[in-house]
Amino acid sequence: MAESEKWEPRIVAFLCNWCSYAGADLAGTSRIQYPHNIRIIRVPCSGRVNPFLILASLQHGVDGGLVSGCHPGECHYLTGNYSARRKFALLKSLLAYVGLEEERVQFTWVSAAEGVRFAKVIDKVTEQIRTLGPIDKFVKSRSRGLWDAAVNE
Amino acid sequence: MPQLTNEIREAVRNLLNEGKVDLIIGFERGTMPLRSRPCFIRKQEHVDRLIWDGFCENNLAKYLVKQDERIAIIAKGCDGRTVVELMKENQVDRDQVVIVGVPCQGMVDRKRIEAELHGKAILEAEERGDEILLKGAGFEETLSRQTFLHASCKACTHPNPTVWDIPVGEPAENRHDDTYAEVEAFEALSSEERWAYLSKEVSKCIRCYACRNACPLCYCQECFVDSTQPQWLGKSTDPSDTMVFHLMRAYHLAGRCTECGACERACPVGVDIRKLNKKLAKDIKVLFDYEAGLSLEQATPLSTFSPDDPEAFIVNP
Repeated sequence: MAESEKWEPRIVAFLCNWCSYAGADLAGTSRIQYPHNIRIIRVPCSGRVNPFLILASLQHGVDGGLVSGCHPGECHYLTGNYSARRKFALLKSLLAYVGLEEERVQFTWVSAAEGVRFAKVIDKVTEQIRTLGPIDKFVKSRSRGLWDAAVNE
Repeated sequence: MPQLTNEIREAVRNLLNEGKVDLIIGFERGTMPLRSRPCFIRKQEHVDRLIWDGFCENNLAKYLVKQDERIAIIAKGCDGRTVVELMKENQVDRDQVVIVGVPCQGMVDRKRIEAELHGKAILEAEERGDEILLKGAGFEETLSRQTFLHASCKACTHPNPTVWDIPVGEPAENRHDDTYAEVEAFEALSSEERWAYLSKEVSKCIRCYACRNACPLCYCQECFVDSTQPQWLGKSTDPSDTMVFHLMRAYHLAGRCTECGACERACPVGVDIRKLNKKLAKDIKVLFDYEAGLSLEQATPLSTFSPDDPEAFIVNP
C-alpha cells in the first residue's frame, strides 16, 4: 500500500439471488447509505457457495468475504441455506483455527425485505475489516499490490 | 500376537472353500523387518500366509473401492470405520464385504524407530508383549512399544471395528478418553502462533498428493487438485496454494476421516496433517454430534441438517 491512510477494505459478498440480492437491491432503491467497499456476486443460493470461492477471493487479495442467504426456513430451494449453514460453520471454525482473523470471513442472513438490515450488516463487516487492516494471510504473492496498482492507474 | 494370527486364519479358512467370498484381504509378512504388507488371497492353501502383528499399519479399506468381487477384509478399528463410511457413501456394498474384526493394540511407527537408531540397519524385529526387540549387525536393542506407536494410534479411541461379521480375539481396551486434547492444546495458542506453525508445516509440502492417494476415503474420479475446469487450486509453488490445498483436503474429509493416519504415513516430508483432520473431527463432534464410521444408520453430517443447527457464527448487525 503506497499511502496507507487511503486504504479501503475490499470485501466480496456472495448474495443469494432470492433474498439477500433483493435485500441489497431494496437498500439501493430505498436510498439507504452503506459503505461502498463490497463487490457483490450474485449466486443462485447460499448453498451454492463453494468454500473454494471464498478462499480464492482471499488468495486474490480481497480483505474479507461475506456470504448471505435467506433466513433459515425461508430458502427458495427449501434447504439450501441449511446445508450452507453446516458447511460454513466448519469453514469458519477451520479458518479461525489456522490463524485467520475471524472477522475476515462472515456469514449472515438477509431477506428481500431487509434493506435496512443489509446496510447494517455491510456497515458492521466493513468496519470490522477496516480495523483489521489489509489482509496478509492467504494472499498469493503475485496478487499482492495488484488491486492498488489497478486503482492508482 | 501369534494367537491373533491363528485366530484370523481359522476365522477365514473356510470362507473361500464355501464360496462365501472370492478374495481375502489381509496382511502377510513383509520382506523387510518392521513391515507387514497387504496381501490378497484367492486360494484356500494360501490362507496361512495371513499374519497379524504390530506392523499391519495400512488401512485395507483402500482396496475395497470399485471392486465387484465378494471380499473378506481383515479389519482393525480404523479400517472397520472406514469400511462403514465407504458403505454409507455407496462406494462399497454391505453384502459384498465380510468384515473380520480384529482388536488393535496400536501399530508401530517404523520411521521413528529408524530415527531412534540413527540409521543403523535393522535386520530383525520381534515383538514381545510391550517391547520390540531389534537386531542388526553388532547391536541389539529393546524399545518400548507404546513409545513408538503412530500418533494416530496413540490417540485412537476405537481400537475395535464398530461393525463386523466375524469377530476375532478379545476386544481391545480403549486407551484414551480425552480425544481432542491435542486440538485443544493447539487452539490455546495465539492465532499468530498457529498460523506460523501451520505455515511452517505446509512449507515442507512438495504437493506430491501422496496423502490424497493414500487416503481410503479419497476416491473421487477427479480430485479438486487435478481439475482444470474450473481450476479450484493454483498449480504454483505459492505457499498460499499449498495452504489452501491442505485446508481443503482436510475439509473434504470433514465428518468422514476415521483418523487411520494413512495420509501421515504416506507423507514423504512429514507434514503434520493430523492437526487439521483432528480439528475437523472435533468440530463435527461438537457441532453436529457425529463421529465417522460408528454406525451404518446415522446420516453423514454434511449430507443432512437440522433446523436447530448451531449458528452462533452468523453475523448480526
